[in-house]
Amino acid sequence: MPNLATWGNDLYTGRRSYPFIAKRNLWFAIAALLVIASIIVPLVKGGFNLGIEFRGGSEFTVSQVQHTEVKVGEQAVKDAAPDHEPTVTNIAPNTMRIQTERLTNEQTLQVADALAKAYGVSDSEVTSSFVGPSWGADVSQQAFWGLIAFVVLVALLMAIYFRTWKMSLAAIIGLFTVVIVTAGIYSLSDFEVTPSAIIGFLTILSYSLYDTVVVFDKIRENTAHTFEQTDRTFIEQINLAVNQTLVRSINTSVVAVLPVGSILFIGAYLLGAGTLKDLSLALFVGIIVGTLCTIFVQAPLYAVLRHGEPAVRKHNAKVLAKRGESQVSQAATAG
Amino acid sequence: MTKTGPIKHARRALLWLGVIIIALSAVLVSGVATNHSTFAPKLALDLEGGTQMILSPKVQGGADINQEQLDQAVKIIRQRVDGSGVSEAEITTQSGRNVVVSMPGVPDEKTRELIQASANMEFRPVIKAGSWDPLPKAERTPAKDLPDPKKKPENGSDTNWVDAALQKKFEAYDCTAELAKQDIEPADPAKPMIACDPDQHVKYILGPVAIPGTDIADATSGMQQSQQGFNTGQWVVNLEFNGEGTTKFREVTERLVGMQGAQNQFAIVLDGQVLSAPTTNALIADGKAEISGNFTEESAKALAEKLKYGALPISFEIQSSQQISATLGADQLRMGLIAGIIGLVLVALYSFFQYRLLGFVTIFSLVVAGILTYLAIVLLGWAQNYRLSLAGIAGIIVSIGLTADSFIVYFERIRDELRDGRSLPSAVETGWKRAKHTILASKAVNLLAAVVLYIVAVGGVKGFAFTLGLTALADLLVVFLFTHPTLQLLATTRFFGEGHRLSGLDPSLLGAEPLYRGAGRLRTYRPTPPPSKRNASASKEAERRQTIAERRQAAARSGAGQSSATKENDNA
Repeated sequence: MPNLATWGNDLYTGRRSYPFIAKRNLWFAIAALLVIASIIVPLVKGGFNLGIEFRGGSEFTVSQVQHTEVKVGEQAVKDAAPDHEPTVTNIAPNTMRIQTERLTNEQTLQVADALAKAYGVSDSEVTSSFVGPSWGADVSQQAFWGLIAFVVLVALLMAIYFRTWKMSLAAIIGLFTVVIVTAGIYSLSDFEVTPSAIIGFLTILSYSLYDTVVVFDKIRENTAHTFEQTDRTFIEQINLAVNQTLVRSINTSVVAVLPVGSILFIGAYLLGAGTLKDLSLALFVGIIVGTLCTIFVQAPLYAVLRHGEPAVRKHNAKVLAKRGESQVSQAATAG
Repeated sequence: MTKTGPIKHARRALLWLGVIIIALSAVLVSGVATNHSTFAPKLALDLEGGTQMILSPKVQGGADINQEQLDQAVKIIRQRVDGSGVSEAEITTQSGRNVVVSMPGVPDEKTRELIQASANMEFRPVIKAGSWDPLPKAERTPAKDLPDPKKKPENGSDTNWVDAALQKKFEAYDCTAELAKQDIEPADPAKPMIACDPDQHVKYILGPVAIPGTDIADATSGMQQSQQGFNTGQWVVNLEFNGEGTTKFREVTERLVGMQGAQNQFAIVLDGQVLSAPTTNALIADGKAEISGNFTEESAKALAEKLKYGALPISFEIQSSQQISATLGADQLRMGLIAGIIGLVLVALYSFFQYRLLGFVTIFSLVVAGILTYLAIVLLGWAQNYRLSLAGIAGIIVSIGLTADSFIVYFERIRDELRDGRSLPSAVETGWKRAKHTILASKAVNLLAAVVLYIVAVGGVKGFAFTLGLTALADLLVVFLFTHPTLQLLATTRFFGEGHRLSGLDPSLLGAEPLYRGAGRLRTYRPTPPPSKRNASASKEAERRQTIAERRQAAARSGAGQSSATKENDNA
């Protein structure tokens, strides 16, 4: 696209520049609002829509169903296992899902049989699964430790690579913003939280930081020799870096989101509930939020962290003084 | 930089890539030719159909389970599942806590229970020994001679346990057939039973349980020590009982040591099968027994392990059980592939849109990454029995984007260098030098995440982390050995080198041509409006006061800004 390329040129040369850093307080305020909303939404809704993995129970999936009537399934379960109240949902075209409390092995086989008969499909179209109540908790506990381990390791990795802990800190704070906001949107969408979704969340960490590393690398490059010149302040250098990598950020996230979107589409509309859908929604939202967060939270945050440093302040004053001086001299000649 | 340098490097890199791909393919082809492997990746249950059970072992008393015990649990379950006639069952451990049993088809109730049941080990005295095969009909005891015990048995070794029915059953007992049935319904501990010893190829009538396996305190294997402390060079298994076991063992050995023939033996029975039936040579009062025989190091170790396992009856709780029909599996596979193709096409379209013919490089790079990933998955399936699951496919699809991202980072870098006014070959080299670090750092983050995910993931999602990590590695290989060398070669072509309109590297589109090149790499930036004619002299005045570095920067700035103050001064 020529327009995007020329736009990229303008961003690169600085002819066109967006005040990502200058307006940082605005972005921070918006981010804070989103984070708060993301915490309130699940609270108001009474928690997340937890999948069967967290509640425990038995689940049946009947595929190739011609008449997707809920009542048929309910009746079949009641006949086979009278004490159990089933939840029957039509999750995708020709696919029914039936969830019950935990059934015994014998009951499971009976219910599967009854469902196959009721929906007029062969036995092989009925899939059953059983989940113990501690399974989901197990998964989340593992995920929690995974999160901690990842954050610690990646903070170290970034601190070593960028040779400053401030970039690490900014990246990690932004990371939590991404995860919380994504969780909020996930809660709002009312998708089920399953172990797959949790793994999706953990994957966002990776993607979101990938994006941050690319932008921070440019920031590092641009600010490497800041103190040797007096044209731009440290903050302006950071802003330039963000602007210069804008096209890159857009392209990488579009390219990353396209395949995830196709999984989400297939998973949600054609397959119904399952690994693909749960995994991809978290990722889809996370990639977009992650890219925005890099630009609007992580980079400005890094600027804030460096802003107070004496060297940066001194340099800042020097640049501004010089700029003022040249303006004064210009004004003098003009007058 | 000479022109031949990059080309030489590019050719060498591409050669290496070719060598890697050809070598991997050759391994695969030889595997297929010798029937060890197939061209298609092995599929996990969610794509192939079948049953997956995730079991968590529970030790009596709620103690934590260690890796060793878990490994033993896997061995026991494997034995049981294999014995139940289910072929191709796979049993693995996960996260050091769970046992995952995957098998094609739907296991019946009995198999499920079998898998879940805790191992049952017991010590029983031998009453009678017999041949492995059933006695020929002619040799069997005639009905009138069958034992008809009137007295109550006095102890576990008493022949009075054997009544007519048991004797008849024993003579007709076909060990080969019975073991194939693997009907290990626990025998009543208070009653005699018939059990086979597959190692010695004999069967026994055993008395009631003398000592339960839980009374074993420890079992180890080692070299036999004679009483003088010499090493006899024989492998033995040392068995140690706990307090209660010691008392019981003392009673048993006291009785057995005086008995003759088979009645001198006691049998160690695990899940209805005789592991070993040692003879009793002495009364053992301290609960420390030594089992000797024709042990090798391995067989002694194996028996000790089994004994130790018996000491710790692990039962299994089904954490999750998933049964997927073959049709649903095929459906999921098809949908996964469709999602992948859609994703790939979208990425390809976007690449063309953004990078014109340079998009071809992206697509070919993705194809090469795909080939590498495919080879790795099939070969891992062969070597490590890696199976591709739906989550694994999702990982591959997600990585299409992540892989293409590194190309974008690289391409945009090249464009940046072009904007600085470099020629394409030089932009490719400098751009690469900078992009390389960014790509390495960001891929390191991806890999780190994949490894952490792989370690913590439970259930089928492990496959996701695995392919994510695998493709990150493939991506690195491709960027280094394909994408960059290809660009190096393309940079020398007229089409790309001269920045054809469709090349995606058109300098006029990138605003590259009129840039001032002398001061080099400084980015153009104008915090103040460019000086106009009116204040040209003032800026000249300001210029005089600048340091050399500042002057150079100003020159670069004004030059790149396309409104050169110096030029205007000349005009003035």
